[in-house]
Amino acid sequence: MATVSLKNLVKKYGHLEVVHAINLDVADREFVALVGPSGCGKSTTLRMIAGLEAISGGHIHIGDREVNNLPPRQRNISMVFQSYALYPHMTVAENMGFSLKIAGKSQDEIASAVADAAKTLGLEELLDRRPSQLSGGQRQRVAMGRAIVRHPDVFLFDEPLSNLDAKLRMQMRTEIKKLHAKVQSTVIYVTHDQVEAMTLADRIVIMRDGHIEQVGPPEEVFRRPATRFVAGFIGSPTMNLHNAVVSDGRLVFANGDTLPLPAQFKDRVSAGQKVIFGLRPDDLYPTGHGIHSGEAAEVHAVEVPVSLTEPLGNETLVFAEFAGQDWISRMLNPKPLRVGDRINLSFDLSQSHLFDAASEKSLRG
Amino acid sequence: MDENQTNRIKQILLKIGHLVGLFIAMAIICLPGLWIVLSSLRPTVEIMAKPPVWIPESLSFDAYIAMFSGVGQGGIPVLDYFRNSIIISVTSTVIALAIGLAGGYAFARYRFRGKTAIFLGFMLTRTVPGIALSLPLFFVYAKLGMIDTHFGLILAYVALNVPFTVWLIDGFFRQVPRDLAEAAQIDGCTRWQAFWQVEFPLARSGIASAGIFAFLISWNEFALASQLTRSTNSKTLPVGLLDYTAEFTIDWRGMCALAVVMIIPALTLTFIVQKHLVSGLTSGAVKG
Repeated sequence: MATVSLKNLVKKYGHLEVVHAINLDVADREFVALVGPSGCGKSTTLRMIAGLEAISGGHIHIGDREVNNLPPRQRNISMVFQSYALYPHMTVAENMGFSLKIAGKSQDEIASAVADAAKTLGLEELLDRRPSQLSGGQRQRVAMGRAIVRHPDVFLFDEPLSNLDAKLRMQMRTEIKKLHAKVQSTVIYVTHDQVEAMTLADRIVIMRDGHIEQVGPPEEVFRRPATRFVAGFIGSPTMNLHNAVVSDGRLVFANGDTLPLPAQFKDRVSAGQKVIFGLRPDDLYPTGHGIHSGEAAEVHAVEVPVSLTEPLGNETLVFAEFAGQDWISRMLNPKPLRVGDRINLSFDLSQSHLFDAASEKSLRG
Repeated sequence: MDENQTNRIKQILLKIGHLVGLFIAMAIICLPGLWIVLSSLRPTVEIMAKPPVWIPESLSFDAYIAMFSGVGQGGIPVLDYFRNSIIISVTSTVIALAIGLAGGYAFARYRFRGKTAIFLGFMLTRTVPGIALSLPLFFVYAKLGMIDTHFGLILAYVALNVPFTVWLIDGFFRQVPRDLAEAAQIDGCTRWQAFWQVEFPLARSGIASAGIFAFLISWNEFALASQLTRSTNSKTLPVGLLDYTAEFTIDWRGMCALAVVMIIPALTLTFIVQKHLVSGLTSGAVKG
């Protein structure tokens, strides 16, 4: 068990800097997820922690040891690869016991460690098979078995579920969570799927273009996104984000439509300031088909036409046109709607977000 | 006739055509070999007969007996040739494989300046026919005193085989996912261990095929060997075939018998190594 700390970590390929002096402290036994779109540097960061990628600057500590220039085998880490990377010429048992064999452990020790891990993951029946004879979910589980067998200080996961189909992904997500509860070790988990990050992690690190945008518990990055990017990245369906200008205590959108300026931002913006207004689909609902989280007085209703509906059974996503743009709203207890129907849309302004249009930083303070 | 019936008949006819085609192709490939074996067992008159005698009237092992019965009794120093062939082919194959392994791995895994150019250069050396190399090589070897030595031929064959083994082994290492070596390093291997424990076993079929090819090329090579060897010190089996040509006659039967003697070890080796040529060993490593 160990902490992991990154100080001013830099990665350059030639002159191209892909990770820009990032700082991160992961506590012992913490589950931290690195999320971000493709090319944001999250996998590179993970590979630097693993020692598979040389660092171009800064420091990495695992526990109280500086590991900057140590090869992977001296870092006492385990990694689960996106591709699983199982050794095809070995059986499941040999795959799982490989690290112990390399470490020179006795046959008995290896067998009992493998048996323990196999029991934890429900792999007992498969120990004599080869990877080619396993399904995707089973391979994934073997990859995790290989990782837990040697009780590493830190587990690194590199998009481990992205090759699985949606149903299996959900199932494995639960298993990873259970596994973490059971083995209680430090985990750094890279994913581009914000749902995975939200459900699994104690803290989420949102990365973009080699910078860290925000670090915080799932609840915090969801409720209080620090930047426009985080607001748009976290949450599904994505937050409605539209440009507006502050004028006379109102938000004026491009086509002249207006909304009242939310109370919590009254003292934080000045007249004429260009802002981005953000509201989650959960806080925007056809009147009577949703619940407001703040004061009733903060709910503002507007009559708008429906432009598209996506029925999901227990709820319907209603795309409605306001201010010349489509806004996504979530309709609970749905009733049938047709395109072109005019509905009353409730904006729960107490839950809204404002970002400065230039810096894209939250104005919440 | 109903459509299903017509299609069924069509399928059967196609299958028959397929088998006949395969038979003809195999016959064309196998017949020369069979003819050599047959010719080594029949009298010279039958070999030279026109039109050819398809079914031999008498078969004997005379040519083989004569071959091993020593110089002076129609024999040739076949054991010396055999020994030379084995030493030269095996040594040059082992060296070419070792270099091919290192080179192929480097080409598959690392990026370096001039990679494409070097690779292309390797291939270009193979476009020069061996016979064109023999004269310049002869002069150089003569100056260095390397004519009629094992070392001289081994060196030539290594140079001949390295481009080929590098190219073939490179292709096989490319098929081994990089993730595997990385996973092995995380599992506690050094770079070196990761190679031998994980990457090498997975590329083994490719290495085996490269080995077979390199061996066969050295084993059968004639153009260079005929110029660079002189005596039983270094003459190989293909050069030994020339012993059956006299000023005015060629002993076709004896030549065919020696050819059969040459083919047997090559065939045996190929059979032994063939079982390593299982493809698809890498399946199941990564997603699928």
